[in-house]
Amino acid sequence: MKTVASRETRNLLQYPYLLWISLFIVVPLVLVLWYSFTTPTPTGSYEFSISNYRRFFEPVYLRVMSRSILLAIEATLICLALGYPAAMIMVRLGSKWRNTVLLLLVLPMWINFLLRTYSWMALLGRQGVLNQFLQWMGLPPQYLLYSRGAVLIGMVYNFLPFMILPLYTSLSKIGKEQIEAAEDLGANRFDVFRRVIFPLSLPGILTGTTMVFMPAVSTFVISALLGGGQDMLIGNLIEQQFLSTGDWHFGSALSILMMVIILISMAFVSLTDKGKTFEEGNLW
Amino acid sequence: MSANGKDLIIRLDKVCMAYGGHQVLFDVSLDVGKREFLTILGPSGCGKTTILRLLGGFETPTSGEIYFEGQPFSSVPPYKRPINTVFQKYSLFSHLNVFENIAFGLRIRKQPEGVIKEKVIRMLKLVNLKGYEKRSVHSLSGGQQQRVAIARALVNEPKVLLLDEPLGALDLYLRKEMQLELKNMQTSLGITFIYVTHDQEEALTMSDTVVVMNQGRILQKGTPEEIYNEPKNVFISRFIGESNIFEGIMPQDGEVVFCGKKFPCVDKGFSRDEPVYVLIRPEDVQTVEPHSGLLKGKVQSVVFKGVHYEMIVRENGHQWMIHSTKSLKVGEEIGLYFTTEDIHVMKRNGAEP
Repeated sequence: MKTVASRETRNLLQYPYLLWISLFIVVPLVLVLWYSFTTPTPTGSYEFSISNYRRFFEPVYLRVMSRSILLAIEATLICLALGYPAAMIMVRLGSKWRNTVLLLLVLPMWINFLLRTYSWMALLGRQGVLNQFLQWMGLPPQYLLYSRGAVLIGMVYNFLPFMILPLYTSLSKIGKEQIEAAEDLGANRFDVFRRVIFPLSLPGILTGTTMVFMPAVSTFVISALLGGGQDMLIGNLIEQQFLSTGDWHFGSALSILMMVIILISMAFVSLTDKGKTFEEGNLW
Repeated sequence: MSANGKDLIIRLDKVCMAYGGHQVLFDVSLDVGKREFLTILGPSGCGKTTILRLLGGFETPTSGEIYFEGQPFSSVPPYKRPINTVFQKYSLFSHLNVFENIAFGLRIRKQPEGVIKEKVIRMLKLVNLKGYEKRSVHSLSGGQQQRVAIARALVNEPKVLLLDEPLGALDLYLRKEMQLELKNMQTSLGITFIYVTHDQEEALTMSDTVVVMNQGRILQKGTPEEIYNEPKNVFISRFIGESNIFEGIMPQDGEVVFCGKKFPCVDKGFSRDEPVYVLIRPEDVQTVEPHSGLLKGKVQSVVFKGVHYEMIVRENGHQWMIHSTKSLKVGEEIGLYFTTEDIHVMKRNGAEP
């Protein structure tokens, strides 16, 4: 009797959560879908249309999309190139130092994302710290802020921990025994990395790549603040449709398209990894 | 064996090893001959795995030197040593299938694909895993994983194979089968095996030479027969096989007093009236009619052990363990008989029985 009662209680307990996700995830998604497939008619009602989607394939918008994807790929690759050695060094640190470094890595995340991005404006600006340093060295000041490079720096800075943490997790799971077994079989340090450490860290690479690429491709704050609106990204375009142009229908279609593109690219990434048996470390 | 004129392959010369101030090996010197099956036997923590790690190149001795075919070996990194290891936990590569696990060492040596395929298939046949090439190592049983680990090491045709309690995780039947297989492989391939175990039966079954260790020191080295029949001290006799151990005194060579009687014996080299320990193996004691025995006793307990009965006999304040294929009745008065050769006298060396 008791177990039945507790199961009923447990069943009741899921309703707040179900209510929550249907209110704040399912309903908005349905709304966005509805907006994306409709256009307003002169009479003030709405009619079904795919014109919002067709509009996306105009060269202006395609260029925005490809720019976003390219920038996100660049940011992801830089994060991987910086994050992998960092994670490897962390794994090799003694437990005391390792925890300190982990803390330092997570610490900035306690500060608001916007504030952290603003601080880069202070660093890169015309009168910013970097330029003052350049002038002190006797060099001419540079236009660092409001450029593609500044956006890239902002992305790498903000999303690097999301690359390092999963890499660190999967690298720290590789047992010393497997590395010793490889050495025993004639593998030097390079062979050990190429044939044991790297393949065993693939789940971490996959997770890290996903966790950097997704926010990078959809960001609008970083490009707005550090890019100065010069190079418009898909995130900025969507924001613009909702907040300034007021075309919620086109904005919704753009959102849906971006979602589909992200889903496809992620599915592709995890497909390339198929056939290998990883029990954990995957996002999907 | 090496002393009998066989070629030496490995020599440990006064090797000491300490981890962070804690010494685990004390002046270990050991010669290993080519094609020898040498077993290091000892309780856990005696330093036997440390010796394997030193030979594999994963540790460097604190002092002393290891020689391989006459050359100092301590500073040679693991990947340059013609030695392969079968690790205690197998340590198979979890991201590779059975074929690729075995092919690992060959791929590192950049062997042509055809050669790799041929050698791996031959190894799979040798360890009875034909048809398992594409299997993931997770899907294998302990015994199969263990055989993959052996194949992965042997395929590189090492001069020396180190085995660190490789049969520890297997059940009794599989263990016996693998003991035979390993011994056959060693004989047919002509590779030196250095085998580490805490299982005395395993050591006696497979080895040419047994080295008994305790607390970082080598206590005795010899053939299985020598170790079993002439253990140097009480620790070894207790560690290998069952034993009856009595306190005794050697009035002079060839004569020993224990259990209140004087017996002739074959042992020599003791000082006058030296206190000693006397070892008599349970299977060497025969039960006879009370009047024809050397000592008289009363049967206290009888336990059936499969091959034999294990009986405890009370004899004038001493307890004797006797192994016999014929059962006696509890409470029966019997005589104990043993020959001069069955009495083994050991020095006391401060060791408690």
